[in-house]
Amino acid sequence: MKTTLPVLVAFLSGLILVVSFFFDDKNWLGLLGQELKIWLTIVGGFTLLLGVVSITKVNWVAVKRKKEGWKYKVLTLIAIFTMAIPSVLSPDWSSYFGRNDGSVYDWLFQYLMSPMMATMFATLAFYIASAAYRAFRARSAEATLLLITATFVMLWRVPMGEWILNLVPWIDIPYFLETYIMGGINMAVQRGIIIGAALGAASMSLRIILGIERTYMGKG
Amino acid sequence: MNSTTNQLKHTILYVILFQLILNVDSLLAAEAVQETANSVFRMDRINALVFVLVFSVSILVFTKWAREGKSLFLRKIPGLDAIEEAVGRATEMGRPVLFVPGIAELDEIETIAGISILGRVAKITAQYDTPLHVPVRYPLVMAAGQEVVEQAYIEVGKKDSYDPDTVQYVAGEQFAYTATVNGYMMRERPATNIYMGAFFAESLLLAETGNAAGSIQIAGTARPEQLPFFIAACDYTLMGEELYAASAYLSHEPVMLGGLKGQDFVKVLLIVCIILGVLLASFGYGEFFISLFTAV
Repeated sequence: MKTTLPVLVAFLSGLILVVSFFFDDKNWLGLLGQELKIWLTIVGGFTLLLGVVSITKVNWVAVKRKKEGWKYKVLTLIAIFTMAIPSVLSPDWSSYFGRNDGSVYDWLFQYLMSPMMATMFATLAFYIASAAYRAFRARSAEATLLLITATFVMLWRVPMGEWILNLVPWIDIPYFLETYIMGGINMAVQRGIIIGAALGAASMSLRIILGIERTYMGKG
Repeated sequence: MNSTTNQLKHTILYVILFQLILNVDSLLAAEAVQETANSVFRMDRINALVFVLVFSVSILVFTKWAREGKSLFLRKIPGLDAIEEAVGRATEMGRPVLFVPGIAELDEIETIAGISILGRVAKITAQYDTPLHVPVRYPLVMAAGQEVVEQAYIEVGKKDSYDPDTVQYVAGEQFAYTATVNGYMMRERPATNIYMGAFFAESLLLAETGNAAGSIQIAGTARPEQLPFFIAACDYTLMGEELYAASAYLSHEPVMLGGLKGQDFVKVLLIVCIILGVLLASFGYGEFFISLFTAV
């Protein structure tokens, strides 16, 4: 029963969504498909509670046992509840509650969370530099070819680089890069991967719907 | 605390079931009105229906052949063969294994593929008594991950070794999640990092940090724009379809492998269609043929 019921639910849900794709959205099958997608959102919303319980539990245990770095865990717990509690309280009680402009949540999001996330994203530039250094080392003929092509593509992608490439009079390098490298070789390889991945996803979905694949439940 | 989590899980399940019952009633009433007015089959999607049927039949046929015992050749996927070796390395070094099942929700097929591979990895870590750490971005993925890991420990007869905190929800925001995982890598220095699922801008942040921490890294994603980052920073990378083939490949079950062969058969059909389309289009006769594959 523990295996049969989930497989049955997966089969029915998958079948409804696949079949509803071939019917008009206003048809009852189309409506049922849309309804299932709403249910998914509802399920996701409720499971958020599980997440809060998990993160609180793990950090609380670490604080209680005074594990290494426990002070940071205290900060995490304070951050979670300082942000969550005022945001779920009614803005009718105070303008600091809720998630409107001027609320505690809004202030924390605008002036703490957003800059921190932007900082994380900005560090990507340094990671790209170090990864590019490793990837573009001319260790073999293929790596050298990659290095030369990447140098031209990177030059072409910045205004000054494009200006430099346009100085070559006898060949339109930007046109060559756009048409043959990016629109030809690069596009063909990407499409090959995308078609393969799409078939793989469809095949796995079908295996799940038919109950052949049960590994996502820890079976098999 | 575990019983609280289980109670919470059950409460959520009851609320969802209640919601389903309420919704089905109202839906059926709405359907009765709509049904007569709009029972329209989308003829413009008939090509997709034909594709689904051909695809399904080929998978079922190959699965049947596999059940009957016909031998099916499957090419080697080095990234998957390396998983056991990488976990073995972690065991020898006495360090944990980090598994990241992507940062997408459970409704993404890539996440489901990641969770399937997690089950296999958990079995190996359970056998070797190697600590496993699985940080996740969504609570639903956490629930599925916990189920899969617990089942893996039960199957190898080490239920007592299972720690419910192996799979942890760490943050709902993309870069907060990345910061947490990167921090873990630099502090704990896991011997093996496995990234399997849907990744976005954080792919290189994770993989480069893992590289700096000196971990063996195996990655898999179906997103072509993230693949170069993983290839540059990881030891092994599963590309596109290899991610979806992983669970079948690792299971060695003929029935699952049959599904992969069915998929390969359809791929051959598509290659033939592409070549035919190129030839017809080159000679100016491709319009009708290409229209057969137009998506709506």
